[in-house]
Amino acid sequence: MSWFEKLMPSKIRTDATGKRAVPEGVWIKCDSCNAVLYRSELERNLEVCPKCSHHMRIGGRRRLETFLDEEPRIEIAAEVEPVDALKFKDSKKYKDRLVASQKSTGEQDALIVMRGQVKGLPLVAAAFDFRFMGGSMGSVVGERFIRAVNTCLQDGIPLVCFSASGGARMQEALFSLMQMSKTSAALAKLSRRGIPFISVMTDPTMGGVSASLAMLGDINVAEPKALIGFAGPRVIEQTVRETLPEGFQRSEFLLDHGAVDMIVDRREMRDKLANVLTMMQRKAAP
Amino acid sequence: MSHDGQYMNPDFLDFEQPIAELEAKIEELRYLTDDSDININEEVGKLQAKCKTLTESIFSKLTPWQTAQLARHPRRPYTLDYIEHIFTDFQELHGDRSYGDDPAIVGGLARFNGQPVMVIGQQKGRDTKEKIRRNFGMPRPEGYRKAKRLMEMAERFQIPILTFIDTPGAYPGIGAEERGQSEAIARNLFVMSELKTPIICTVIGEGGSGGALAIGVGDRTMMLEYSTYSVISPEGCASILWKSAEKASDAAEALGITSERLKELGLIDEIIPEPLGGAHRDFDSTCKNIRDALSSALDRLQSSSIDKLLDQRYHRLMSYGNFKEGQ
Repeated sequence: MSWFEKLMPSKIRTDATGKRAVPEGVWIKCDSCNAVLYRSELERNLEVCPKCSHHMRIGGRRRLETFLDEEPRIEIAAEVEPVDALKFKDSKKYKDRLVASQKSTGEQDALIVMRGQVKGLPLVAAAFDFRFMGGSMGSVVGERFIRAVNTCLQDGIPLVCFSASGGARMQEALFSLMQMSKTSAALAKLSRRGIPFISVMTDPTMGGVSASLAMLGDINVAEPKALIGFAGPRVIEQTVRETLPEGFQRSEFLLDHGAVDMIVDRREMRDKLANVLTMMQRKAAP
Repeated sequence: MSHDGQYMNPDFLDFEQPIAELEAKIEELRYLTDDSDININEEVGKLQAKCKTLTESIFSKLTPWQTAQLARHPRRPYTLDYIEHIFTDFQELHGDRSYGDDPAIVGGLARFNGQPVMVIGQQKGRDTKEKIRRNFGMPRPEGYRKAKRLMEMAERFQIPILTFIDTPGAYPGIGAEERGQSEAIARNLFVMSELKTPIICTVIGEGGSGGALAIGVGDRTMMLEYSTYSVISPEGCASILWKSAEKASDAAEALGITSERLKELGLIDEIIPEPLGGAHRDFDSTCKNIRDALSSALDRLQSSSIDKLLDQRYHRLMSYGNFKEGQ
C-alpha cells in the first residue's frame, strides 16, 4: 500500500490487490503497457495496442476476417469435426473439454480455414484459435490443414497459415503426433508443385506445431514479440537449471538466429504478404 | 538400496524384484553344488521352472507404466548394440556439415544380409560418462540435420534407410532452441515423406514425441514388444493434465503408449516379439527377431516400384486421424 493510500479513510480505499475492475466490454487494459484502451479503437487497430504496439492474441476467425478481403470468402473443411475416439480422460474427460471449448469459442476445433483473396490475390488462409484448447493440434486441425493444402494444389493458389498453438493435443495421444508428419508431408507436396506457403507465427507457436507446419514456410514470418520455440521456457529452465536470457524464444531472438525471415506488424500483414506473394508467383504488384 | 528391507538388484526394475530374488537363490544353490557332495540339481531345476512361471506371470499382465519402465531399462540394448550384431561393415559417418556432430544420433553405412543400407538411430549411453556424452539420447538440431544429410545421401545412391528410435525426446536446451530445434525436426518430416528409397523405422526403446518422429517417417513402422511410442512422456503428461508427475501410470494408461495398443489403433504396422523378461534377457534372440522382421519388410518394400512406394507412404500419412464429417 502506498503512503497516499494509507492516508485515505478506509471507506474510500479501493482494493488494489484484486484484479483491476474494468467494465466488461467498453474498456480493455493492455497486458503490456497497462494503458486503458477503448475497445472499438483497439478493434480498429486489429487488437494491437495503439500506445505501445503490443500484439494481443486474436481469435482464429477474427484473424482471417481481418486478413482477407471482404469478398469473396468461403470456409473450407468446416465439416471436419472432432471425436473422442480414445475415450481419453485425465482430470477431465476430453469430450467435456471439447464441449467447453466449443461453447466458449463458437468453433468446432482449433483451426479455421478460408479460401479468399488478399488485395485481390486468391489464396487459402488458415488460422489457429489459441482459445480452443491452447490451439492444440489434433486430428481435426491436421485434416483441415490437409484440405487447405489440397485446395491450394487443386487451384494452384498459395497458402498462408497463422499459427497460435501450444503444440500437439495430448488428449489424442499418438494420433496428434502423427499430425506433424501428415501436415509436413502435405507441405512437401505443395512445395514440389512450386506453390508458395507463408507461415506466420504468432504468440505462442510451440511444440509439435512449431516442429512441423509452422517452421516449413517458404517464408517464415513472425508477429512482434511472439513466443516461438520447440520446448516451453519452463521445461528448458528445469532441464538446464539456468535462468533464460531476456527475450529468449521471442520473435526478435528467432530473427537474430536465422529462424524467421521477417517480423511483420499485424497492421501491415496484408500489404507485406500480398507484396511477397505476387513476387513469388511472378505476378504484377498488387 | 533397499526393497522390503532386502538388497535390491539394480539390474532389475521394481516389479521384477521377485524374479531377481529367485535368480539370486538359484545362483547360490549352483555355487553350493560346485563344492559339496549333495546333489541339488533337482532343486535348482525346480527353482528355475518356478522362476520361469513367475516371470511369465509378471510379464503377462504388465501395465503400460511398467512397459514404459522396461523401455528405459538400464540393461536394455541400444542402437549401437543392434548395429553391431545385426549388420556388418558398419562405417559410422559424422557431422551435419554446418555446426557439429551430435553423439545422441549415430548413423552410417552398413551391410544388412550383405546389402548396403543406411542405418540411423538415437544412441543412449551405458555408464555415466557415456550417458552425458550421448546426452541421454536426446538429440540436438545438428543430430537431426546429420540424420537428414545421411538420408538424402541414401536416396542419392538408392540405398534403403533403416532407423532405430530410442529417445526420451529432442533436447530442450538453450543452444538447441538457438540453432532451430523445431525447424530441424520439421524439415526431417518434410524430407522423409518424399525420399525416393524404402524407409523402415523401428522403435527399440523409448519413442519420445517429435524427437522420435524426426527419424520416424517411412514406409513401415515397427516396435519391439516392450518399447513405447508417445506424443509426450507419461510424466510430462501427468504433470500437465493431472498437475502431478505422480500420476504417470494413469497417464501411461490413457496415452496408450504400448506396441499392442498402437497396433490395435493402426498406428504401427508390426510388433517384434521380445524374449521372456525383455530384450536384454536374451539379446541374441532379440537380434534374430529384429533381423527377421527387417528382412521380410525390406523384401516386400523393395519388390514394389519407388513411385508406388511413395504413393503408399503419402496416403498412409494422410490417413492418420480420427474425426467425423458433419454438415
